[in-house]
Amino acid sequence: MVIHNLIASFTKLFLMASYNLSINGKTYKVEADPKMPLLWVIRELAGLHGTKYGCGMAQCGACTVHLNGNPVRSCTLPVSSAAKQTITTIEGLSDDNTHAVQKAWLAEQVPQCGYCQSGQIMAAAALLKRIPNPTDQDIDNAMVGNICRCGTYPRIRKAIKTAAQMMAKASN
Amino acid sequence: MQTTDKNLSRRNFIRLGSMTGAALTIGYAMPGLANEAAEILTAQKAVEKGIELTAWISIDKTGKVTILNHRSEMGQGSFQAVPQMIAEELEISLDNVNIGFAPGHQSKYGSQSTGGSSTVRSAYKTLLRTGATAREMLIQAAAAKWNVKKNESYAENGFVIHKPSGKKFGYGELVEDASKLTPPKDVKLKRREEYKIVGKPLARQDNPNKINGKAEFGLDVKIPGMMYAVVERSPRFRGKVKSFDDSATKKITGVKNVVKVSRPVFAYECEGVAVIADSLWAALEGRKALKVEWDDSAFEHLDTEQLYARMKEDLKKTSLSQRTGGNPEAVFQKSEKKVDAVYETPYESHSCMEPLNCTAHVKGHKVEIWGPIQAPDWIQQDVSSRLKVAPENVTVNMTFLGGGFGRKAFTDYTYEAVLLSKEINAPVQVVWTREDDTTQGPFRPGAVYECKGSLSNGRITSLQAKMAAQNMNHQWSPVPDKTSFNDSDIEGFAASYFDNITNYSFSDVPTESPIPVMWWRSVYSSTNGFAYESFIDELAAAAEKDPLEFRKAHLGGEKGERYIAILEKLGELTNWKDKKKNDGWGVAITECFSSIVGEAVKVSKNSAGKLKIDKVFAVMDCGWYVNPDIIRAQVEGSIVMAYGAAAVHETHFADGKAVETNFHQYKMPRINEIPEIEVHIMDNDEKPGGVGEPGLPPFAPALCNAIFDLTGKRIRKLPFNINEV
Repeated sequence: MVIHNLIASFTKLFLMASYNLSINGKTYKVEADPKMPLLWVIRELAGLHGTKYGCGMAQCGACTVHLNGNPVRSCTLPVSSAAKQTITTIEGLSDDNTHAVQKAWLAEQVPQCGYCQSGQIMAAAALLKRIPNPTDQDIDNAMVGNICRCGTYPRIRKAIKTAAQMMAKASN
Repeated sequence: MQTTDKNLSRRNFIRLGSMTGAALTIGYAMPGLANEAAEILTAQKAVEKGIELTAWISIDKTGKVTILNHRSEMGQGSFQAVPQMIAEELEISLDNVNIGFAPGHQSKYGSQSTGGSSTVRSAYKTLLRTGATAREMLIQAAAAKWNVKKNESYAENGFVIHKPSGKKFGYGELVEDASKLTPPKDVKLKRREEYKIVGKPLARQDNPNKINGKAEFGLDVKIPGMMYAVVERSPRFRGKVKSFDDSATKKITGVKNVVKVSRPVFAYECEGVAVIADSLWAALEGRKALKVEWDDSAFEHLDTEQLYARMKEDLKKTSLSQRTGGNPEAVFQKSEKKVDAVYETPYESHSCMEPLNCTAHVKGHKVEIWGPIQAPDWIQQDVSSRLKVAPENVTVNMTFLGGGFGRKAFTDYTYEAVLLSKEINAPVQVVWTREDDTTQGPFRPGAVYECKGSLSNGRITSLQAKMAAQNMNHQWSPVPDKTSFNDSDIEGFAASYFDNITNYSFSDVPTESPIPVMWWRSVYSSTNGFAYESFIDELAAAAEKDPLEFRKAHLGGEKGERYIAILEKLGELTNWKDKKKNDGWGVAITECFSSIVGEAVKVSKNSAGKLKIDKVFAVMDCGWYVNPDIIRAQVEGSIVMAYGAAAVHETHFADGKAVETNFHQYKMPRINEIPEIEVHIMDNDEKPGGVGEPGLPPFAPALCNAIFDLTGKRIRKLPFNINEV
């Protein structure tokens, strides 16, 4: 009977594991099912709500975060493969809306509903880190995975160029 | 500026205002729903009279101003437009204002249902008047303190200034006295040329929190003790739960409960089985392990092909007339030059980036709701009548909406959350997956149109449009009155055409289908506009006239000034007269929600023969307006959404189910497909019109007319594959 109960409680359990996650320079100790997507870990366990759920299958980019500086879709990335790496979310981009991409987003008044913008901004920030002066083609390539149903695309394009100029000025 | 602390609960707002002298809180009492007749009151007077105030403005002793927005913010900019109007007359800078959401309460705020592009046009007079009344009371209080005549003082940037002496008081120093005054009647509103805030492209106050993840959407709501629920939903629209096996689900750690649930969609109940857990992940995993058997016997299992065949059959039937002038059929029959065409438009999903969700907490006879909601007042009424609780016991708290487009103006997803909370006796957040959101509808109804017209001497002598489509209104009853015409038949058609075309008829045949349908950004105009403005173009081509000039010839006359001005502006922006022979140019003009929009599209083919949209020009006439940058943004967004429904996505049905489940199948327009868009706003003194929707309907016809101009090929069925033109 005892054994039966033990088996029952084991089958009821996820195979939980313990992870130390580095998010925005802070270490979060979480207990999670290894296959749980990083998105839910960030939102529900770390309590950072800026990263959004849009599709759950890496089709829309609303969940984009940086993993070691590269943009990834956190909705399909199991937490097990994010451990021991550097994760940056929208909350970690700056403390005070002063990242060039954020400033450019305000200058061009990009957001409408705003839901997809965390992902858009993280994708754009990663692009500008890699290519400081992107062409339209570079912008297309980097941003094609991020959907905006409000249709802010023309302003996103403009804002990325504005951010590039701001960054160039700042580095001069 | 930061808006982190801009959320203020209504309870605090009123408490603040009711303490005599502690603040000047001003708003109005609603006699029914007639905004124009609203009486403007202070909080103190309202307490004395025992009536509840619809508070809009509160100024505390430190001079801090709080303004409540009574409408949803789903991207369209009410969060900016409402305060921008109040601040103009109140003479304050928007930078020093806190903005809060008013919770749903129809008897207090009038219609809060945010749809029909109505926020500014329905309330602008009242909002301006409320701001002006507060301003006049502050000036009066200052004049009394100084013992000077009121007209020697004026208000500016949060101060009342005595002109002769230069003395001034901050508003905060005046609220104690001002709150004791009786609000003056018939305050003078500013003239448009005196505006400092209205009409200016001011940056949105909600945007600083939309670039750092702080803006709270429905899915970000967290209530102590909250459970999560996901629902295995019937894949067919009216399927019933026959049985379910939750043995595997219940083995998953965190799963607390599995229950049958339903949500009312018009006259029908959509059923599902909810998995309730202490984490979203557990609920999602639990749902995967659930087995449900459905009873799908009571309704048709339609395919898209059957549905469109039925609509085409319906076009052969006698139609219900919405509007007829002259004798169009007789004129058509006798005419030597006849044109006819059939147009098809698809069903569409709203696909807001934030999937549907709602958090509810039922505590005995009290209900509290949080969520991305377009219709808080309607939800309050709906919950009140279904659960039999008093409306004042239903609190609807607003979050930002990650898109709305009409879908979040319904009450099904909120009531489902209420039922689940009641069942488990705890607060619960119901999360729709993207698949739920894409497949469940209600969808924009597809429509098929038969257009017939005749010409003589280059002018339209008759025009007939017959629509076969599901009539949304028929869904409210299992046995609808099928003799009532669809009152949206002429939606989108520029009104001035009626003054220039003597013989016309607009009618419909309601197509029967169990597929739930509802309003989708610009509603029937989104499909009507394509049919009617494509057909006008076909008539222009048959008449061998320039399509822009042809429209001008049929939109002029006594009330045609605005239409002609828009078309002339488009001609100027596009340099229409000098367009090159090998360029493809198309134009269209539509009218809905009291605004008129003309759009012109330029297309070309690259060396590989692939079609490219080079540029879109839009001219928006929405009369008196508040924020031109938001208007431009709304028109840009409308064009992108219109492009999606014209050339990118469609919801298909097979065996009674939606085929497309997520963005890999229901494709979205992407940044690389979107051309440059230039928006011009007309300046005139017409009454304000809508902004969020009217930019959508003219795009698809303007695009297809441009493709005709370039290739000679008419596109009459949407969506089309732009790579195969």
